[in-house]
Amino acid sequence: MPNLEHPAYPADALLHLESLVPCRESQVSLLLSIFGERQQFSFPSIFIYGHTSSGKTYVMQTLLNTLQLPHVFVNCVEYFTSRLLLEEILIQLQSSSSETEQTSHVPCDTVNDFVRLYKQAVVSRGLQDQTLYIVLDRAEQLREMEANILPAFLRLQELTDSNVTVVLLSEIVWELFRPNVGCFDPLTLYFPDYSIGHLQKILSRNHPPEYTADFYAAYINILLGVFYMVCRDLKELRHLAALNFSKYCEPVVRGEANERDTRKLWKNIEPHLKKAMQTVYLREISSSQWERLQHDDGEPGQLKGLSAHTHMELPYYSKFLLIAAYLASYNPVRTDKRFFLKHHGKIRKTNFMKKHEKTSNHLLGPKPFPLDRLLAILYSIVDNRVAPTANIFSQITSLVTLQLLSMVGQNDQLEGPRYKCTVSLDFIRAIAR
Amino acid sequence: GCFVFKPSAKKRRLSQSTAPDFRSGNDKSEDAELRFFTCQSLWNQIKSETEKVQEDLNKNLLDNLVSFLSRSHSEFQEKTTEWTCQMKFREIPTAALVLGVNVTDHDLTFRSLSDLLQNNITPYIALLEAKDCPGIKNLMQKLMGQLMNCYIDVDSLEDEDYVQVSQSRIRCSMSSLIKWYKGVTKKTDSETPSQKRTSSSAYWQSPPVVVIFKDMESFTTKVLQDFIVISSQHIHELPLVLIFGIATSPMIIHRLLPHSVSSLLCIELFQSLSCKEHLSTVIDKLLLSDQFPFKLGEKVLQVLINIFLYHDFSVQNFIKGFQLCVMEHFFSQPLSVLCCQLVDLKKRINFLSHDQCENIRRLPSFRRYVEKQESGKQVALLTTDDFLKEETQKLLEDLHVYHYNYVSVLRCLHVFTSSLPKYPLGKQIRDLHCACLENQVWETEEYESSLQLARMLNKSDLVTMLQQCVEILLSSSGKEFDKTVEKLKEFLTQFQNLEEAFQERDVSISSQKELQKKTDLYHLQKTLLELKESRRSKKLTKFEMLRFEVIDFIDSLVRKYLVPADRRTLHEILYFNTATVLRGHLNAAPRTALHTALNNPHWYLKNQALKCDGGSISNKAPDICIVYKLHLECGRLINLVDWLEAFSTVVMAAEASDADAASSDQVDDIIHARFIRAVSELELLGFIKPSKQKTDHVARLTWGGC
Repeated sequence: MPNLEHPAYPADALLHLESLVPCRESQVSLLLSIFGERQQFSFPSIFIYGHTSSGKTYVMQTLLNTLQLPHVFVNCVEYFTSRLLLEEILIQLQSSSSETEQTSHVPCDTVNDFVRLYKQAVVSRGLQDQTLYIVLDRAEQLREMEANILPAFLRLQELTDSNVTVVLLSEIVWELFRPNVGCFDPLTLYFPDYSIGHLQKILSRNHPPEYTADFYAAYINILLGVFYMVCRDLKELRHLAALNFSKYCEPVVRGEANERDTRKLWKNIEPHLKKAMQTVYLREISSSQWERLQHDDGEPGQLKGLSAHTHMELPYYSKFLLIAAYLASYNPVRTDKRFFLKHHGKIRKTNFMKKHEKTSNHLLGPKPFPLDRLLAILYSIVDNRVAPTANIFSQITSLVTLQLLSMVGQNDQLEGPRYKCTVSLDFIRAIAR
Repeated sequence: GCFVFKPSAKKRRLSQSTAPDFRSGNDKSEDAELRFFTCQSLWNQIKSETEKVQEDLNKNLLDNLVSFLSRSHSEFQEKTTEWTCQMKFREIPTAALVLGVNVTDHDLTFRSLSDLLQNNITPYIALLEAKDCPGIKNLMQKLMGQLMNCYIDVDSLEDEDYVQVSQSRIRCSMSSLIKWYKGVTKKTDSETPSQKRTSSSAYWQSPPVVVIFKDMESFTTKVLQDFIVISSQHIHELPLVLIFGIATSPMIIHRLLPHSVSSLLCIELFQSLSCKEHLSTVIDKLLLSDQFPFKLGEKVLQVLINIFLYHDFSVQNFIKGFQLCVMEHFFSQPLSVLCCQLVDLKKRINFLSHDQCENIRRLPSFRRYVEKQESGKQVALLTTDDFLKEETQKLLEDLHVYHYNYVSVLRCLHVFTSSLPKYPLGKQIRDLHCACLENQVWETEEYESSLQLARMLNKSDLVTMLQQCVEILLSSSGKEFDKTVEKLKEFLTQFQNLEEAFQERDVSISSQKELQKKTDLYHLQKTLLELKESRRSKKLTKFEMLRFEVIDFIDSLVRKYLVPADRRTLHEILYFNTATVLRGHLNAAPRTALHTALNNPHWYLKNQALKCDGGSISNKAPDICIVYKLHLECGRLINLVDWLEAFSTVVMAAEASDADAASSDQVDDIIHARFIRAVSELELLGFIKPSKQKTDHVARLTWGGC
């Protein structure tokens, strides 16, 4: 009994579609009812949002492809300017109409041009009596283009006076999109996250041909047990499943256990997966390295992850500059005299000051300091005399390019530049050793 | 990157105006041209040698990278349809290349990397720098420009106009890049049977496209993220490989990229040699070799090493500094014409003019040498040019031999000192080298203490060290060391014959065993005392004797061969030791220079009238100097009216004396204008700025005057 029913489309196509989009049947049927029949006008713009890998793009693509609805599919990250985006839509329109002549591409700078060219393209393709779908993936990028792009897309049906529906796909909610005035509110549709059951069902679908579905499903169950807490990204999970499956099969291949021996298999794979969570999943070591390790049965301990290489060699004065910058960033100015002067006079002890200082500095983050203060502290922490040569100054700039310091308010170089120290206490400790 | 300065510009200036410049440097011009050519040929030798050294050092890293790249898209090549490959997410292969903080050196590495890749893996390489890519659009433009250009380079010229026409109106998007890539690979496919085969068959059918981010740290997060997201969507059509050049630590990848983006990458880490090791090798190969007649003196070497360790960690800069030394030496020392290989020496000495002979006689080290000779020889040396030439040749040959021996013995000594606890003479051979050049090393405390420590070495260490020494001395193939090597070998055999010594020790152990048997307290005490007594006066074991002998022998070697170079006669010809010049060139101190110029204009202007003493302000100095000196006396905020008053007082000081003008309260317009100009000049130099707190005040930006 198929859930999807629509008079306009043949039942077997719908059945096929349903098999392709597991756990998203209700959304698909809703979309279908919004779309209506081919020649019917649909809602001008639809906004679909949901978390990463909740199947937005996939569902739209399979839906449009299986039912062979005329459509244009564009990723807004890839076409990062409005011009590129509009031209790409037109190119896709033209190229699908006639493969032979696709060279003539007309520059399209504004929405006005776009509307005109779009009408031409639709007529030349003979699509006047069908709904054309323009899907804009990662639509949040639209906000960074010209201000009129997003409202124009929302009202494209009205502007072009033709049968078109714009579908926006995004990971953020519509409220963050809405421009101030004159905006047509699209129909919003939410794709909820896949639950663990859904994930299990989807992941188990494509099992390797050598093994039975049940065997693979058991494996996925274990995998989800380990990873579900940290990762619900379907793509990532599938990747991890593929990476570690060979290890799971090892006892079976060696003949130590049969496929039903779940407990044994679990014992074999579980520590392995935990290790994977700490390394591959975080991209501490790459997946190809991981595979090689698996292959050689080596210990992952031999391979140090990216974070293990925190040590950094710095020239002598760069170290001191960095330490001075750290001190300047985290110590209030009024303590300088107390810390860096030999004869600082009496230390006033006020309870209030102490209490205040203890709570703040590291929680508040680095504060900006002027160049002069940095140099003054440098001179006082380095034992021997430091000549203020160009070498010292160029080291400050190179520390900025290395992102160990950052410049605050770079409006005027002459006006005493101000810096912030961006490294952590641990880093400074390692350097100061 | 900013550990930058460019002595290369200076070199260019010198080499363009070539020999005439050398000639004008000194009036005795005969050998200027010869010196210039010697300098050039020597530098070319050194340069090729350094390039070779650096190539060797990078070889390992580059080989690893090449194998990574060739592995990275093997799936793309084979187009496998296996289950795992289908299921797995296609990540972008990425090499994280940690190169160290000396950003200036990276260029060289990247250049050799791209050359190597071009020859072995792929013609499609793009080098991106952060400063060219403030946005994703610029990045794509740059990337496509570089890739399509290289396509021209590889292919024949007939396509050139076609590409250029299309490039002007090409769309900067990934899809056009993919189209281009498909076109290019298809073309090479169809062309393989033709004569192009030789050039293109080195690559595979679809070579990867390598994108190198030179300075990962400086890229903005957004640009990188967008680029990675875009290219990961097309990884199936475009086999892309990224290389991140990282100066700090690989942590930066996680800091720049969120997990959603970094999960699109398959990152492998490659680490280059640490720059300190790099320097050690360069010093070892350049300075501690007898290939080049030119040598660095202690102070100069110290300056160069200090700049390296304290400031920039840049081996390139070190080599540039070395180049500067070579130039300075040949430029300033007329006798440097004799700084050549031994083969040419005789001819050059014979061609020396009388003036040059006088130059030799003027050398301090030569004078010292003359004073030590008996009177007859003294006269001959000072009056007869021919005799002097003969003597010079002999002395220079001696100097070459000295250096030769020096290096070998230095290495031997280093074998010993580098294994001592706490390294009293330094861990690196360069430290030892500096110590030995500085003064007679055997007179220093550090040497004393390291000998003390060496006398406590155990047998196995000592034996391996001696073996190493033998190897070093044998490889040096000097005639003088035959005896030394024999002696060392003798020591080694003696060590092997030490069995008896062990037996002796066994005896003493057995006496201890006896001691354990006794239970009586009184006896025990007595025997213990006896034992202690005997140990104090006990003769040294054979091993200890031998150890002393070995150390004494090494000591004698040191005393004989490691004499500092500046004690040797004629060292001025081969050793460059004017560190002050070098320091002046390399340690630029703009703030100090500015202060000197403004505070003491005589220093630069050389005008007698400006010569002033102490803190007094001369009214003849340029206006800006007067204003500067006055401003030094002020606090953070300077009242402009007071400043003007003071300025006019100083300027009027001279005139006031002869014409006692009554116009004192009204400042002259001209003086006013001069004052304003001087103040704005100071503002331009960054000493003051207008203050927002008080309208008629300016704020000081500097403190302490330097």
